[in-house]
Amino acid sequence: MKLTDEEQALRTGAFGRAAQWAIEHQIKVGDYLGARDFVAVSQAHVMADTESLGLAGVEWLEHLARLPAQERRVRIPTITDPRGTDFAAAHRLKQQPWMLDLERRAIAALEALGLLMTNTCINYQTIMPPVLGEHVAYGDTGVVIYCNSVCGARSNFEGGPSALAAALTGRTPRYGYHLAERRQATLVVNVGFTPRELNDWGALGGIVGRLAGDYWQVPAVVGIERVPTSDEMKHFGAALASYGSVALFHMAGITPEARRLDEVLAPGRTVRSHDVGEADIREFQESYAEAIESVDVVVFSAPQLSLIEMAQVAGMLAGRRAQIPLLVVTSPQVKADADRMGLTARIEEAGGTVLSGMCFYQSYAREMAEANGWRRLATNSAKLVNIIGGYGYRPALMSMQACIDAACNGGRIAP
Amino acid sequence: MSGEIFFAAAGMGRKARGQALVAKDGFSARYDLDRVRGVFSRPDHNLAGERYAGRVLVLDAAKGGVATAWMLHEMKARGVMPAALVLNAVNPIMVQGAAFADFTMISGFDRDITQAIANGAWVEVDPTGERPFIRVTQSSA
Repeated sequence: MKLTDEEQALRTGAFGRAAQWAIEHQIKVGDYLGARDFVAVSQAHVMADTESLGLAGVEWLEHLARLPAQERRVRIPTITDPRGTDFAAAHRLKQQPWMLDLERRAIAALEALGLLMTNTCINYQTIMPPVLGEHVAYGDTGVVIYCNSVCGARSNFEGGPSALAAALTGRTPRYGYHLAERRQATLVVNVGFTPRELNDWGALGGIVGRLAGDYWQVPAVVGIERVPTSDEMKHFGAALASYGSVALFHMAGITPEARRLDEVLAPGRTVRSHDVGEADIREFQESYAEAIESVDVVVFSAPQLSLIEMAQVAGMLAGRRAQIPLLVVTSPQVKADADRMGLTARIEEAGGTVLSGMCFYQSYAREMAEANGWRRLATNSAKLVNIIGGYGYRPALMSMQACIDAACNGGRIAP
Repeated sequence: MSGEIFFAAAGMGRKARGQALVAKDGFSARYDLDRVRGVFSRPDHNLAGERYAGRVLVLDAAKGGVATAWMLHEMKARGVMPAALVLNAVNPIMVQGAAFADFTMISGFDRDITQAIANGAWVEVDPTGERPFIRVTQSSA
């Protein structure tokens, strides 16, 4: 990679040992992926829950945190993805003391590096959304795909070590979605049905993700008949990223880089196309619910709920009571508003549990299943459905209303 | 066939040897693995139930989320990890994770590598030269 004088100085340790590790790591990654140089980034978002870090990762962060202050601090605003617990509710989830101890150690280390502990995967709804053309280094696939596609920002998937490296150097290797030519569509998906419920948007995202197939594919979705809300885009994008490892999509006439489809189709280039209809979306969801008549737990998470979704859950629970665990996971920023507006109280008085600053699948989901006897899970998140099977759950993808009905009917799913 | 060699577009890490575990499926440490038991745990993965420690995984494409970037490091620290990863296509997370963990990985072939390597074959992976490669040292039984 071509390096500037400042980048050469970072390599020699002139900016401290943390930044020296960071630039070496970035050069390795950039060389592998064909980056010619670096691009400056304005923000970083670091995924570093302890289920992923493990003890080895926490100890590695603590090693960095022990460096002198002038050698370890991040150089750009840097925020965090959800953590592995909500300390206030960990006992209700039967999380173990060792998990909380490890979380405390990770938090202390990340704070020592100068990170802002936002603990959210919906920063684009709550913190500071990036603007069109802004280069950033974001972790969490749902954050990246939303900010790339809906906001028009420029980021690759930056895993925890690489997002932290970007935070320490203020730059990232220029490959993938930092390059305009990589942002052209590689497939077109003609959609004959505009989803209504969030789970339908997630299912559509899952289908498009499977069609796309890998990180380097950029689907352009055609035929959506109205401008989706931020929550609908959130569920669509999160599922698309989860099922397809996709980091960027376009929606013709809707997203900022595709006001017209031909803006994202290179002249003279033919791309494959697919058709998706309502029957495909139904079939996708039915494939998960097959043979599940009742569930042990209902989970709203992945991504964290917006304030609007919190209000929807509270409204659907009015006058009812959950008979099985009903977990409602949001960000610390939304939680404060939900508390102030009485939404948290309404959900919890109806038997739900509001969790803040964590994400269900990043919170020792396997151990929670074993400790609580949870096996069958209902959710309206296609992303969660895709992930949670690997943790030993049998998931059902249903609407928010159907999930709440199941929770209030002792877990039984209406036929 | 023993001696067959397949060159990759890119590689990182050290030389590795092992028995190939091959499938036309993706790879994500978070989605697909029970990292404590060292087995593929996602029920619909083609390798569900297979043990992966010490094996050279030959798979189609990197999938899933960002967690793999930390998880390869954690798996290596506990000593329950594959010997190497050989993929048709990578995403940045796999590259970042392999770089962080100093893990052996090669990717990008002129054919579908999951069809070229037989499951159970013994292979060596060398990412250190100008042209990274995987070589079959002993065909599967």
